[in-house]
Amino acid sequence: MATQHSRSAARIMMAPAVILLLGWMLVPLIMTLFFSFKKYLPLRGGDLGWVGFENYVRFVTSSSFWPSVLTTLVIVGGVLLITVILGVLLAILLNQPMWGQGMVRILVIAPFFVMPTVSALVWKNMFMDPVNGLFAHLWKFFGASPVEWLTQVPMTSIIVIVSWQWLPFATLILLTAIQSLDGEQLEASEMDGAPPLARFAFITLPHLGRAITVVVLIQTIFLLSIFAEIFVTTQGAFGTRTLTYLIYQRVLESQNVGLGSAGGVYAIILANIVAIFLMRIVGKNLDA
Amino acid sequence: MARSVTQQRKIINTAAAWAVGLLIFFPILWTILTSFKTEAQAISDPPVFLAFDWTLENYSVVMERSNYMRFLWNSVIIAGGSTLLGILIAIPAAWSMAFVPSKRTKDILLWMLSTKMLPAVGVLYPIYLIFIKMGLLDTRIALVIVLMLINLPIIVWMLYTYFKEIPGEILEAARMDGASLRDEVLYVLTPMAIPGIASTILLNVILAWNEAFWTLNLTAAKAAPLTAFIASYSSPEGLFYAKLSAASTMAIAPILILGWFSQKQLVSGLTFGAVK
Amino acid sequence: MGQIQLQQVTKSFGNVEVIPPLDLTIEDGEFTVFVGPSGCGKSTLLRLIAGLEDVTSGHIAIDGTDATTLPPAKRGLAMVFQSYALYPHMSVRKNIAFPMRMAKVSQAEQDKRIDAAAKALNLTDYLDRRPGQLSGGQRQRVAIGRAIVREPEAFLFDEPLSNLDAALRVGMRMEISELHEKLKTTMIYVTHDQVEAMTMADKIVVLQAGVIEQVGSPLELYRSPQNKFVAGFIGSPKMNFVEGAEAAKYGAHSVGFRPEHISVSTTEGTWQGTVGVAEHLGSDTYLHIHGVPGCDPMTVRASGEFTVRHGDTVFLTPDMNHIHKFDADGLRVS
Repeated sequence: MATQHSRSAARIMMAPAVILLLGWMLVPLIMTLFFSFKKYLPLRGGDLGWVGFENYVRFVTSSSFWPSVLTTLVIVGGVLLITVILGVLLAILLNQPMWGQGMVRILVIAPFFVMPTVSALVWKNMFMDPVNGLFAHLWKFFGASPVEWLTQVPMTSIIVIVSWQWLPFATLILLTAIQSLDGEQLEASEMDGAPPLARFAFITLPHLGRAITVVVLIQTIFLLSIFAEIFVTTQGAFGTRTLTYLIYQRVLESQNVGLGSAGGVYAIILANIVAIFLMRIVGKNLDA
Repeated sequence: MARSVTQQRKIINTAAAWAVGLLIFFPILWTILTSFKTEAQAISDPPVFLAFDWTLENYSVVMERSNYMRFLWNSVIIAGGSTLLGILIAIPAAWSMAFVPSKRTKDILLWMLSTKMLPAVGVLYPIYLIFIKMGLLDTRIALVIVLMLINLPIIVWMLYTYFKEIPGEILEAARMDGASLRDEVLYVLTPMAIPGIASTILLNVILAWNEAFWTLNLTAAKAAPLTAFIASYSSPEGLFYAKLSAASTMAIAPILILGWFSQKQLVSGLTFGAVK
Repeated sequence: MGQIQLQQVTKSFGNVEVIPPLDLTIEDGEFTVFVGPSGCGKSTLLRLIAGLEDVTSGHIAIDGTDATTLPPAKRGLAMVFQSYALYPHMSVRKNIAFPMRMAKVSQAEQDKRIDAAAKALNLTDYLDRRPGQLSGGQRQRVAIGRAIVREPEAFLFDEPLSNLDAALRVGMRMEISELHEKLKTTMIYVTHDQVEAMTMADKIVVLQAGVIEQVGSPLELYRSPQNKFVAGFIGSPKMNFVEGAEAAKYGAHSVGFRPEHISVSTTEGTWQGTVGVAEHLGSDTYLHIHGVPGCDPMTVRASGEFTVRHGDTVFLTPDMNHIHKFDADGLRVS
């Protein structure tokens, strides 16, 4: 529904955004692919020629690859589990009639706005420090000996920190979804004699299904690439080296660009698998 | 339909929600409290909550010692610059997609989203290399460009959603009234979409402010924003709780305030309209 | 001057041809109404004239110059939209001033024209309000005001009254007609309401599926509709069509009689039937008669005093001076 004038204007107006994003996507992607087939050590001889798939093979056969995949999966899975379950419960709680709802909402959302370096540092020092951290005091108060969080249970610690950051996101989205639930539907089921638990299982939860899927997919994409939390707390030590962190170390710390790039290609493929599912949902919503 | 709820139930709900809310908020509260303590009180055993000598000393020390203002200024420039640049590029694009939709509009929108999902670490070295070659490493321009590009899909998407709510007839009326395309966007569309543009700006300033991959990896001394400033405290010699708290409070305070204003738009913005 | 000429104009959306080749001339100063059922292409035709859509082929000339590829802003036409399309962020004054601002009219001239338009449309007290604070009728007047100040070659109205309630609609109809009397500018008015068409138009263009069924003055269309579609569309209540063997008696494939051209009697007449629903309007009563051969039910107009009840038997006699005969293709036979 438009004229030739407006259609050609539309193409011109869209061009900057499309060209920029196309460049942003293609140029680094092609370069990463290019490097991934080379032996490339910028500080030790530079470009040492083509090596075929050697980097790809070396990356997956190195002793740190599978542990890093496992670490990534445990962190992503743990955070997802915690944030979704607590998020649903919290959303239901916040949806109940109460005094000061707006204020509580603000308190719950706040961690999402804290920059990752700050939250990692605050948790690391002021809560998880084995001498001066609040947890140490708490443990001592109950007569237990303080835990060295980041060295003894590093994975749990990182999952706690990241979950704290992402719980607000899950809660907020699930709360929005719950609020769009038709109250009459719940009342009708109540008239039909369904007890509260059945109402939750058969009406609220299915209604939340889509929102939960969206939360899981979006968080997965962000969690796959968490960086600052590990950078600030353990620097990848004590078995907390995720795939992202491993690649970062290969590229910038040991300056083995070829190897790191091959890892990058794996990361891109992994993210795209998740992204496809997310796009399906978003795309369907566009048609509606 | 609202129903009457027993007073008792409401009291229980309120107590439970406030307890959970305060628990979640506690780390932030604790940081803010600690920022007003002396270093000795900050690590006192047992810890003190409110009964301490309130002091602003940590703030003045942090600002003097670590050149805090430069980091803050870098954050402001990078977050603000990348958002405004993104808005300027996104408004025409969103106009096209909302008011002159074609068969490809949906594909373009989804494709733009897909670029957002590219893992940063996968393209770290090429970007690093490009900026070295262009002499842009550790410059604010580099970060303005990168953060603009990673947030551009969200900006386009949010503006598109807001523009679609505006009836096309009003723009057609402007066209009939003799407005050129520029006039139409400048005098009719933009003023009508001010609330949507404002919340888009807000959300993207927050995202850019907190971004902690590129800001850590593409900066050193000159262009480092607050994310990097805070990260520098992770080294052992920086371990002064009260000062760390003061620095952290200053780094998150502006965005906490902005964030509270934007909670409504947050959901549709971050889920690309999949949850409303 | 505002003569508008369409030559062999067509419009397709993708593979769907919504307007097959069409010729039409709208004379300067004429009040022309495009009328037809929804989806007949009348709004599309208006948007083609406005330049909001491209013609697929053919030519549009305004004042004798080719305007086929001119953008809307350059055609010198003003349009009033169904939703009024006021700028919600501007005051009434700024809304009305907008086209002049775009045309770089001097401020003094702008003020003069705004005052004149506001006075003519009773908007003087509302000039500093926002559209959101106005009633539907007032918004409509602002939209018209915004069109007037441009001093356009022609006004285009796209179902402007369809969002107003019935009482307001009658009032606005009069106002628009008076405006036309005063300005003598060409006006093209799109509506699906044949009452609006009949009461306002100098010339009615009846459209169906993108095809012009007939062009003529309201009374021409009423008196001699060219085909069954026009006959049925113009006039209220609708014309009765008698089909089959009964129609053959009059030497046609079907014959039409308007409700007001059939007399009713309780004693004698051509056709016999029973009263179904009776609509009492006070001045007139419309009866729906069942059992008339070839036409069921048949609507007839009786005087308001005529009292019959549901189920009564009545006799009907058509007025043979106002018979409309149609052939098998639905075309008029004289």
